[in-house]
Order: sequence, then structure tokens, then C-alpha cells
Amino acid sequence: MQWIFEPGLFDNSSVRTALLIGLIVAIVSSCVGIFTVMRGQSFAGHALTDVAAAGGAGAFYAGVAPLLGFVGAGVLGAGAMDAIGAQRVKGRDIATGVVLGASTGLAALFLYLSATSGTTAGATQLILFGSIFTVQSSTVPEVAGLSAVVLAAVGVLARPLMLSSISPELAAARGVRVRVVSLVFIVVLAVSVGLSAIVIGSILSTALLIGPPASALKVVRRFSNAIALSVVFGVTATWVGIVLSYDSYYWFASHRGLPVSFCVVALVVVEFALTSAAQHLVSRRVTAPPIEHGRDDQLGWH
Amino acid sequence: MFASFMTNAWISGTIVAVLAGVVGFFVVLRGAAFPAHAIPNGAFAGAAGANLVGWNPLVGLVSFAVLAAFGIGTTSRRVRSDVTTALFLVLMLALGAAFLSMSSQYEGAVDALLFGEILGVSSSEILPIALISVVCVVALAALYRPLMFTSVAPQLAQARGVNSTFVEIAFLLVLALAAALTVPVVGALLTFSLMIGPPAAAGLLVTRPNRGIVLSIVLALLTVWFSIACSYTFNLPIGFFVGSTSAVLYLVARFIAARRSSLANA
Repeated sequence: MQWIFEPGLFDNSSVRTALLIGLIVAIVSSCVGIFTVMRGQSFAGHALTDVAAAGGAGAFYAGVAPLLGFVGAGVLGAGAMDAIGAQRVKGRDIATGVVLGASTGLAALFLYLSATSGTTAGATQLILFGSIFTVQSSTVPEVAGLSAVVLAAVGVLARPLMLSSISPELAAARGVRVRVVSLVFIVVLAVSVGLSAIVIGSILSTALLIGPPASALKVVRRFSNAIALSVVFGVTATWVGIVLSYDSYYWFASHRGLPVSFCVVALVVVEFALTSAAQHLVSRRVTAPPIEHGRDDQLGWH
Repeated sequence: MFASFMTNAWISGTIVAVLAGVVGFFVVLRGAAFPAHAIPNGAFAGAAGANLVGWNPLVGLVSFAVLAAFGIGTTSRRVRSDVTTALFLVLMLALGAAFLSMSSQYEGAVDALLFGEILGVSSSEILPIALISVVCVVALAALYRPLMFTSVAPQLAQARGVNSTFVEIAFLLVLALAAALTVPVVGALLTFSLMIGPPAAAGLLVTRPNRGIVLSIVLALLTVWFSIACSYTFNLPIGFFVGSTSAVLYLVARFIAARRSSLANA
């Protein structure tokens, strides 16, 4: 056991906080992420993380509570994307890109100003790449509270959201207000990614939002199973990543451990590659080899 | 502002702006904003990796950007492309972060890679930059017809036997080369905004493709020149000015286009 869990792993309070926060964020990211992946909004999900990070950088510079900066900027960005984003998919991506570009520019400004004001070295690394090890245990209740709000909102929205994600026309015919649902969802998405960006950094936030749900959707069909499997994937990647990152301190002579963000992202990508391969094998066995070009369409995720 | 140490900044900025204007026109046409955001982050990882092992930064920039483009292009046919684009994006950023943490890079160098540095290009790099830009423009000229065809009428193009996968991968590779050149100047996180804001604005103002490309180049040039001048004058990161100018250009173009269509309807 000692080879897997290096000495002091579980006595370390920042590791314990990291494991707890990782659990909460992985659960929330899976529940929100499954809809994000189904709706093809990965770009918006990622962009909102960066918008939130810009808010975080602004809060960092102004000395405001970071949580307010992250979540507030995320919600504002979601509103802006919805306002200038045409309903068409192509226009939506360009609108997302414009909002993302403007807010990344602002992040550059705030981070530069924080760095030159001298008091806060390492702001860029902290905000963009984050480290789950630096989370203060006092923020756990705040994060847990906001997470509960996000989960409740997803729970209330789940049915109309699922219907309008699969077929907007059908949902509209059933009396779902598709436009309102999509606006509320993008705000929930913004709060969720703002929350995870502040505790685990914006790279990991996107990885946990997209990776585990996409992997789960590759191997199971039922919605509830997909959420459950996604949570398992997310928590596994986070916890194993934390342990690997902690252990990696002893791997190199230089004692520079691998960043926890890198370990978790690598595991998320491995999970996705494995589930893709599994899906590939299963669909090959089930369906006879079709005509040329046909296989690509069957492998596609409908 | 026009002192001799700024010469490289103006030359490289001009080359990069022309290139971003041309490539960006097709990025907007194809709605490829997400790959255009993801690929420069590959370049970021490459620059960080090259720094770690002591290679020429341009080699790292180009090779990792091409790697990211190839990965996104080859997987996008088989699985949902936005998911794999997102995963390549975070993988590249995380690799970059890991490379940086292994080398003892100081904070300023990281910020320069991410948010741009007007003095980031040395004289010896101008010639390779110019050559790679020419390669990109020639490749785009050769790809022009299939690119337009697969962008505007993908089903028809497929029926006519155009290999859309090949066209997509070739386009992403050109995008990768352009991104690798733009990242040292504008920064990994802002490169895509130069490839989206000015071309999208141009696309709203004119309808003919040739005029669209020309206007896109002009707007990108104005954005970069204005940003270099402001960055020099106010001593703030160039990425901030590129990002905000691009967004303002787009919003102004939306406003003009809306005014025009309401006048036409009246």
C-alpha cells in the first residue's frame, strides 16, 4: 500500500480538503455537463470558464471576494452570449468567441495589473491553472451551498431541458418555452463553471465538465445511468489525479511534482479514449460492416 | 514608438495581421471558432516544452500546434467534434502547465506566452515567419475553391465528390501554422480573437467573398497596429487591446448591419 499512497497522504489537511472539494465539483460538473454535451455547448461551457476567470482576476486585483468575481462574471458573460448570439449554431459560436476574446483581454489586463502592483505573485498560475491543493477549507461550506443550488436548479429543469436538448421542435409543441429554458440553463452553467473554476482552475473545470459526461454517454444509453457513470468517471479521475500528483513529488530527483491539473486532465482524456474504443468495438460487433462511409455515421453520437 | 527596437514588432505584427485576416475569414465562414481557440493553446504547450528542453521556440510552437490540429481534425469525423476539441484544448493547456512547472520559468514569461508580448519576436525569426506565412497563403489559395464549396454547401460538395475530411484537415493545418506565428506576438489566449473579430465584422459588412477577405485583412491590420501603439503607449499587455478592439469592431459592424437592414426594409 505504501507504494500507492505515499507517506502522509491522508494526514495532510490540504489533501483531505482537495478530495472533498474534488468530490463536490465532480458531481456538479457531471450533472451540468451531461446537458452541455448533449446540447453541443462544449465551447460555451469552456468559454464561460474563461469569462469567470476574467472576473476572478478582476476580483483579485480589486480585492473583492473572488467567489463574487468568478460567479458574477460568468453570469454576465452568459447573458452577453445569449444577447448577441443568434439562434443559429454558426452565429452562436462566433458570438461565444467574441465574448470570450473580450473577456480574455480583460483577464490579461487585470492579471498584468495585479502582477505589477507587486503584492500578488503567481496570479496567472493560480487563476488559470489553479491547484486544488490551495483551496482553503473554510470555503468548503460556500462551495457546497452553491453546488446544492445548482443541483436543485438542474433537477427542476431536467425534464424540459432534456426534451428541448433532444428536439427543440417537439419540446415547443409540448408547450416547453425553449428560449427560456436555454437562457436559464446557460446561467446555471455559468454558476457551475464559475464555482469549479475558482476551486480547481479553469483548465480542470472544462475537463470535468466535458470529459466524464462525454465518456459516459459513449457506453450507456439511459440518462440516469449516464449521470451516475459520469460521476464515477469524474470522481475517479479527480481522486486518482490528486494521489498521483501528491506521489509524483517523490518521482523526480528535482522534487518538482506534476501539477494536479495535469494529472486529472490526463486521466479524463484516458477515460474518454478507452470508452471511445469500447464503443467502437461494440458497434463493430453488433452491426455488420456497412457500405463505404456508412460506418462513420453509425459511430456518431445521435 | 517607431524606435529601432520596435521595428521587429511592427514587421511581425503586420505579417501576423494579414495572415490572421485571411485565415480568419475561413474560420468565420466555417464556424470554426472553437478549433481556432483550441489550436493556439497547442502552440502554447509547444513553446513551454521547447523552453524546457532548450529547442528553438518556433519549432515547439509549430510542431505542437500541428499536432493539436491533426488530432482535432482526425477525431472530429468520428465523434462529436466539440467534445474532442474541448478535450484537446484542456490536454494542451495542462501539458503547457506541466512543462512550465518542470522548468523554472518566471511568471512574466508565462504571461507573455498567454497574453502576448510586442517585443517577443527577434530579428532572426522574421524570415522564417515570413516564409511560413507565404506557405499558408499559397495553401489557402490552392484550397480556395474546395474550402468555399464545403463551407457554403457541404452536402452538394460531398455529392460532387469533394473529400471534405481532407479539406477540413488541410484547413486546420494551415490554421495551426498561422496560430504558431501569431501566438508569440498576440498571445495564446488572444490569437483566436484576432481570427474571429475582424473577419466576422467584415462578413457582416460585405457579402462578396473577395471583398470580405480584403476587408478582413484591413480590419485585422488596423486592430494589430492600434494594439501595438496602445500597448507601447500605456505599457499594458497587447492581448488586452487585441481582444477588446476585435470585440468593438464586431459590435460596430453588427450595429451598421442592423441599421442597414432596417433602412432597406423601411
